[in-house]
Amino acid sequence: MAVDLNMKVLIVDDYKTMLRIIRNLLRQLNFTNIDEATDGSMALQKLRQDDFGLVISDWNMEPMTGIQLLREVRADDKLKHIPFIMVTAESKSENVIAAKEAGVSNYIVKPFNAETLKSKLVSVLGDF
Amino acid sequence: MASSEVDADLEARLQELRQRPDDTVRISEVSEVVESLMSTLKGDLSATDLELYGELEALASYIESAKSEIAALRPDEVRDEYIPTAADELDAIVEATAEATNAIMDATELVEGVMEHLDPEDSEVLMDATTRIYEACGFQDITGQRITKVVSALKHIEEKIDALVEAFGQEIERTKPQEPDDKQEAKPVADEDLLNGPQLKDEAKSQEEIDALLASFD
Repeated sequence: MAVDLNMKVLIVDDYKTMLRIIRNLLRQLNFTNIDEATDGSMALQKLRQDDFGLVISDWNMEPMTGIQLLREVRADDKLKHIPFIMVTAESKSENVIAAKEAGVSNYIVKPFNAETLKSKLVSVLGDF
Repeated sequence: MASSEVDADLEARLQELRQRPDDTVRISEVSEVVESLMSTLKGDLSATDLELYGELEALASYIESAKSEIAALRPDEVRDEYIPTAADELDAIVEATAEATNAIMDATELVEGVMEHLDPEDSEVLMDATTRIYEACGFQDITGQRITKVVSALKHIEEKIDALVEAFGQEIERTKPQEPDDKQEAKPVADEDLLNGPQLKDEAKSQEEIDALLASFD
């Protein structure tokens, strides 16, 4: 099934610059419907209010971190099916393992390039 | 003073120190206790007593010397001047790189805006270039996070130095240089004094202020 490039994508990062970078890279990949949140709790609120097809989240944020957001999403019957990609500078094995155990769909280490972003999107959503 | 009275005083002092709720004892208090202990060693002294007396005297002297040396390092200066300056400079780095990154992205988005008016081949070349610019802009996020870690480390060091300043307060006061006398002639500015690097925003002179200063010499 073809990927719906008009699906709502939520990007979550406390660095406004990073939100802008990911938004622009997604736009260049032809995603048209992108929303933003600056921490996990704001993201959770948005996820509960609208239908999102993908979450791309940073880890290190306050007050709610990316891993807490991931656990909340996976514990919520209405949200648990949403693909969740972690994009973070946290590159220790224990982080990756914790994210995997929490149900992450894929994991991107910062700094990353557009090719990596696209390959992870393909692995999570399918070819587009 | 009878030895037994001194012992009772000393015991009371030790008891008081043991019961301190915060578990901290000032170096000067340790020194007092050692001196009290030495004062009890009067009268007929055995060779062992004398040896112990000598050891304690050496210990007291060592503590005094260590106090002076640590105080001379002026940890209060590190806490009050150097650490806050370093933290401000690091904050300024994060702010400046964020501003620069956003300016780069503003310009890149403008380039993207004209791509649709170009032929597909040229448009693709520009698309690749703008993608690489966005990727490179990610450095700001990484440097920001690294600098935040350094600021946390500085805060930790500041807390330790705070405790040091607290413990050596009196000694530090003694090592502080006297305030310069207003009437004293000002020292000439050395070349080294002029190597201050970039100034923080609220301290920096604007180009207009510099122009005005230069013009004041005319």
